[in-house]
Amino acid sequence: MKESTASSRLSRLGAALMRDNVRQYGMVIALVAIVVLFQILTGGLLLTPLNVTNLIMQNSYILILAIGMMLVIITGHIDLSVGSVVAFTGAVSAVMLTSWGLPTLAVVPLALLLGALIGAWQGFWVAYVRVPSFIVTLAGMLVFRGATLAVLGGESIAPLPEALRSLSSGFLPGQGEGLHLPTLLLGAAGAAAIVWIRWRARSRSLGYGLPVPSAGATAATSAVVVAAVLAFTYVLARYNGLPVVGVLLVVLIAGYSFLMRSTTMGRRVYAVGGSEQAAALSGIRTRRTAFWVFVNMGVLSALAGLVFTARLNAATPGAGTMFELDAIAAAFIGGASAFGGVGTVVGAVIGALVMGVLNNGMSLIGLGVDWQQLIKGLVLLLAVAFDIYNKRRATSGRPVRPARARRRGGGEAGGGRDGAGSVPGPARAAPS
Amino acid sequence: MTERERRPASPGGPLLLMRGIQKEFPGVRALDGVSLSVGHGRIHALMGENGAGKSTLMKVLSGVHPAGSYTGEILVDGRPCAFSGVADSERAGIAIIHQELALIPQLSVSENIFLGHERSRFGIVDWGSTHARARELLRRVGLDENPATPVSALSVGARQLVEIAKALAKRVRLLILDEPTSALNEAESARLLELLLDLREQGVTCILISHKLGEVMRVCDEVTILRDGRTIETLEVERDADGTPSVDEDRVIRGMVGRALDQRHPGRSGEIGPVRFEVRDWTVDHPTQLGRRVVDGASLTVRAGEVVGMAGLMGAGRTEFAMSLFGRSYGRHVRGSVLKDGRELDTGDVAAAVRGGIAYVPEDRKTLGLLLDGDIRHNTTMAALGRVSRHGVLDPGLEAVEAARMSERMRVRSHGTTQIVRTLSGGNQQKVVLGKWMFTEPDLLILDEPTRGIDVGAKYEIYLIVRRLAAAGACVLLISSELPEILGMCDRIYTMCEGRITGEVPRAEADQETLMRLMTRTGGHP
Repeated sequence: MKESTASSRLSRLGAALMRDNVRQYGMVIALVAIVVLFQILTGGLLLTPLNVTNLIMQNSYILILAIGMMLVIITGHIDLSVGSVVAFTGAVSAVMLTSWGLPTLAVVPLALLLGALIGAWQGFWVAYVRVPSFIVTLAGMLVFRGATLAVLGGESIAPLPEALRSLSSGFLPGQGEGLHLPTLLLGAAGAAAIVWIRWRARSRSLGYGLPVPSAGATAATSAVVVAAVLAFTYVLARYNGLPVVGVLLVVLIAGYSFLMRSTTMGRRVYAVGGSEQAAALSGIRTRRTAFWVFVNMGVLSALAGLVFTARLNAATPGAGTMFELDAIAAAFIGGASAFGGVGTVVGAVIGALVMGVLNNGMSLIGLGVDWQQLIKGLVLLLAVAFDIYNKRRATSGRPVRPARARRRGGGEAGGGRDGAGSVPGPARAAPS
Repeated sequence: MTERERRPASPGGPLLLMRGIQKEFPGVRALDGVSLSVGHGRIHALMGENGAGKSTLMKVLSGVHPAGSYTGEILVDGRPCAFSGVADSERAGIAIIHQELALIPQLSVSENIFLGHERSRFGIVDWGSTHARARELLRRVGLDENPATPVSALSVGARQLVEIAKALAKRVRLLILDEPTSALNEAESARLLELLLDLREQGVTCILISHKLGEVMRVCDEVTILRDGRTIETLEVERDADGTPSVDEDRVIRGMVGRALDQRHPGRSGEIGPVRFEVRDWTVDHPTQLGRRVVDGASLTVRAGEVVGMAGLMGAGRTEFAMSLFGRSYGRHVRGSVLKDGRELDTGDVAAAVRGGIAYVPEDRKTLGLLLDGDIRHNTTMAALGRVSRHGVLDPGLEAVEAARMSERMRVRSHGTTQIVRTLSGGNQQKVVLGKWMFTEPDLLILDEPTRGIDVGAKYEIYLIVRRLAAAGACVLLISSELPEILGMCDRIYTMCEGRITGEVPRAEADQETLMRLMTRTGGHP
């Protein structure tokens, strides 16, 4: 390290960054490509202020679910029940609002609490009884769909109070004519915050004597990000401004990104997903971690349930059907590993946007649902195949993942030692 | 159906002759001109230290390492053989039973016995004949079980017998048993050895690999000793009227270890202080087999600045001891006490053990020690996140600096701390695990086979790190199967056998033969 020059160190760091982030960048590039493609195919309809606003609103609940799903998948689990939980929490909220006459301000926290309880229920079975999450949440999918039908008596509840509807169809207050000023100001504030965070991180790294990109490079990348934020808010400002649900999404994305990247809690989630045994032997309470990840998923499902119910202005028995698959697809397109331990919140958001833009763009050009499903399925498959191909190349031809169970007689290499380890790990029973 | 339907081509010659077998793995010559001759109807013991090449030799013989991947010749009944797979060697009447049993627990005993060569006509299983034949085979191995019982309901000892029945079903002539008694209790072991003698009467030849010298000498007719991938000698064993073998155990031990200690260990420095850690009456039961004690009343002390060795053969209970000590990560009914500086230490879970200053570098670093898809930074800090965070918020700059510093101290060769550990070599991965635990600033570092599968250079560096840690006053408990490593590194050595501590030897009085004798001192054979 010491004898190498600063520039070679930098290029090496850059190469390492590219290697580690090729998947993330790849997906950003794919997203941009899809946007450009549909912008051309729709003759400019895709990026009109109205349609961009619609895109956010249409995909808001999937984005919320995708964030929670990403955490679940990083932990090495899956949650198939989120669609049913969306329906159930939506139904219960609607009953509380209409039959019980509770105010929206009381219903929202109650619904989130209900989501937490549902998550705790599933987390208990997964983490402490150690029933595979696939089974627990498959059961949950049936249980909460059935519960939804029971609560609604097979019928829809509509309409819902205005206060709830504003959650998904409301906009930030502001004047009606011309550009929406508060939105522009928020955009500028956001851009400034991004620049401040980036420069502070850079100066901190400098303080530790770590290699950092040159000031020019940081300025250039910051300029790109700032331009994107400003352009986005400008487009929104030309319509009604930033939707309420957009604010919610920004807060969630920023909050969960921070949690997963910068806190010890997030690091433990990655560790448990990366290797439960290694995490346990490092003093991490692996069961508790998995439990809370499911509680979190329950809360976010309830939030998505509120947003979706508000958007529909009705609670219906069939609400949320297939949402779990959209959320799971978003997480995998966004770079999650099916084996756990890998993935980012931003990745899930990009994955959800890829699916959202595909949906929206294909609808705009009049493709039927049949073709839409077909194409979305292929996109999911190709994205994950690309990921596996990349990983295999990165580990220079070694298998992506060693077989979980060591087969007999397979272990002896190198030193030619006799047999495999003599002792089972914590979760592995003795030779039997 | 007779067991001797194939007549030997050269009557009177050995059943099996292996000559000049050489087998190389990348960078290592595991077998270097090994010869082995096994006579008809005899029990032939194959002895050697861990890593001597016994298992590799048996894999060559059974076709796991196919013809072409080694040089040398194999003759069965004087006929040259070139097995391209296990199926080939089975056709020649050779069956191998591994330490890890290869039965499918959910299937019944008879299904397991005939797995892969079901008794069937046109693909339809003939259950009547299957069960009848299975019952007959079970009788031969002395197992009184219904053949319809699922294997999961059987004890480990019974499973071993089912494995042998399975081999007999294939009309085996040469049965290879690799550490058959390592998972068995004494009664089960005795029963298995009786069975081997019975089978010998029925004309089945047997190659027995075992670390338990006492039981080997009780049953074998011939012993071949391997060391460092070479055949050292083959001895005939005869017994006088009261069963005393003509070859004594010391002779075999000398053959197994007989090499000079190489200068591959750094010299020690620093003073040994007072006792810091003490373990009293540590007893652990097997996690699934009720009542089987894996560690039985083990007590030991470690002084400040001392490297204490724990020598023992595979299955002696050393790893179980260490892992149960480390926050009860293994076993059930863990009892006994740990004292640090004379005060009782809470080791109820891993977090408590880490807080108490204990660190455990596991034997199986890939699954128990590392996040393979994580980078060096994350792996380095994962056991001590508190050191790089404030109020639960990580300081990425501090983490990068600390990880880089630790990496340098451990001499990890990488292109930076953001490298994914899966892409590192085995030696460098081990250094990352070591760094992860050094980062917790432990008072007691337990190293479990720290140099397994690691090249010589990395080994020396790991020894240096251990030395430096001890010189700084920390306690080290070094578990190893390699006696040269134990003798080269340790100030004091405990030996373990069958879950019990069988000896405590200061470095000055220790040599390989003494240790080997203590390590093989099973309950009935002091």
